[in-house]
Amino acid sequence: MTTQSSISLVGTDPIFQDRTAKTARSWAPSVVGEDAEVLSNDSVNLEYRHLVVRCGAVAASAVPGQFFQLLCPHTDGDQPFLRRPMSLYGVNPARLEVEFLYKIAGAGTRGLATLRAGDAIDIMGPLGVGFTLNPKLRHIVAIGRGAGLATLAPLAQAAKANGTKVTAIFSARRPELMVSVELFNRHGADVVAVTDSESTSGPANIERILRGLIAEGRCEAFYTCGSSRLLRVQQRLAREFNIPGQVAMEQQMACGIGLCFCCVRDFNVGGEIVHRRVCWDGPVFDMMEALP
Amino acid sequence: MIDLSVRVGGLTLANPVMPASGTFAEGLDKVIDFNRLGAFVTKTITRELRAGNPLPRVVECAGGLINSIGIPSKGVPYFLDETLPHYARYKPPLVVSISAPTGEDFARLAAELTRVGVAAIEANISCPNIEEDGKAFAMRASSTELVVRQLRAATSLPLWVKLTPNTGDLPEVARAAERAGADALVVANTILAMAIDLETFKPCLGNIMGGLSGPAIKPIVLRQVYQCARAVKIPVIGCGGISTTEDAVEYMLAGATAVQVGTATFVQPAAMTTIIDGLVKFCERRDIARIADLIGAVLNEESDEPELSWVAPPQ
Repeated sequence: MTTQSSISLVGTDPIFQDRTAKTARSWAPSVVGEDAEVLSNDSVNLEYRHLVVRCGAVAASAVPGQFFQLLCPHTDGDQPFLRRPMSLYGVNPARLEVEFLYKIAGAGTRGLATLRAGDAIDIMGPLGVGFTLNPKLRHIVAIGRGAGLATLAPLAQAAKANGTKVTAIFSARRPELMVSVELFNRHGADVVAVTDSESTSGPANIERILRGLIAEGRCEAFYTCGSSRLLRVQQRLAREFNIPGQVAMEQQMACGIGLCFCCVRDFNVGGEIVHRRVCWDGPVFDMMEALP
Repeated sequence: MIDLSVRVGGLTLANPVMPASGTFAEGLDKVIDFNRLGAFVTKTITRELRAGNPLPRVVECAGGLINSIGIPSKGVPYFLDETLPHYARYKPPLVVSISAPTGEDFARLAAELTRVGVAAIEANISCPNIEEDGKAFAMRASSTELVVRQLRAATSLPLWVKLTPNTGDLPEVARAAERAGADALVVANTILAMAIDLETFKPCLGNIMGGLSGPAIKPIVLRQVYQCARAVKIPVIGCGGISTTEDAVEYMLAGATAVQVGTATFVQPAAMTTIIDGLVKFCERRDIARIADLIGAVLNEESDEPELSWVAPPQ
């Protein structure tokens, strides 16, 4: 029987025994599902709403690029069954607050919009792998479009804390739908706003802006979210100038913590196409491995 | 002190709560203390490498979700090198869910996995997503008996057999699995289902059809557990829409020896440990010393036998 030989092999495997010895370690959660208290939930423009909640210390340890799964309230018309993934928009560990920015787009966000200060909302997080900010970087570029701007927002504060300068290139359909500009300005970032209505958001113009920044030495790394078109431009320039980059990817999710394999996407890893779970292996990935 | 332990198909579990296959992975230990679970049940593994089904793989519906993930699998070497040593650090026994396209392949896989660190094999002979139109061994008693006999001959480990709710012949399939040497039955898998997007007129799932799970299916599978528990002498593990302590108790009253929690974990990641805490409180409140006393304790004051004969004809 092959089983006999394998028994002795496993029994003498040093890794096996080393790990068994750790059984006694005390366990503490690093992801929590909890009722957070709504502090505010207001419109910021025609499309986006800003939700601020008071939460526990684990949730408030979230880093830029991570996300939460929100159990959205049921309404008369909608009973969303699954949680909804929502990027971290802001975090204050001292005040135990996390913030989200969302657009009403379906059953889940329609429920979120009904929340008032003092209500409870069940949040689960922090989830996923966030952005890595090397403190040695002097100047980075953050490029986002639409809801991707919310995902990039916490980078502004984190980069400032590192002494890293940020140039943000923000794309939207119309100027009045732009979000996060003020927040980035507040943290000392330069913001370049481009829009469809002003015909400034096309890939050719973005490439022109980026080539200018690269020439000035103001683009040591790309951070991006929310546009496949802009991702392609950055990948091309990254290859040409050997600039590293990170991208936050989106995908429909169910569990949010790597169990169900519903949010897989294709990635090019050393020429081989592999599936990765956006919720668990990401949502932030090496920009060069992402397939737009 | 309430005794939560149960005996399931050759194993003694510290409590009757474990994950359902496909809804559990290493990452959940960020949310719950794995050492509190009754057992671990892995995502189904196959010998062949499988990429899984086209996206979208999940669509939610009233009281549940329909999935067609398609069992992505990294194969046996990855399981032996990575998954098996990972779980060795924890106390609960590791139940390995397996699937294969033929009885011979099922047997080979079971033999390969019969080794230290694996406490039991759960044979998933009921996945609706990897065969055309949801066909699976467990749809018929004859194909169930054949594959379970081959599995039984291939492994000395406790053999749990996961049945499908999509057959009209479930008690007969359950008896066939028992006859062929199963140590326990898992009742059940997901219910074959579909949904259509009214914007695009396309099916909501990339694979067109998928399996329905969640609270929506609980009353149906509860009935099936009741039927199976009456049809066989081996333990039945209930699996279908269990989200709360009350659901778990209801399943045990219907005849389940243990329960698997699946879809609920997607909504409340601590559902399993919450249910374990709730079972202790339930037993204390009802002055029940041993959780095992709940198994099959549903009271049929008047004999239901004649009324039930139409769903489970006597042999």
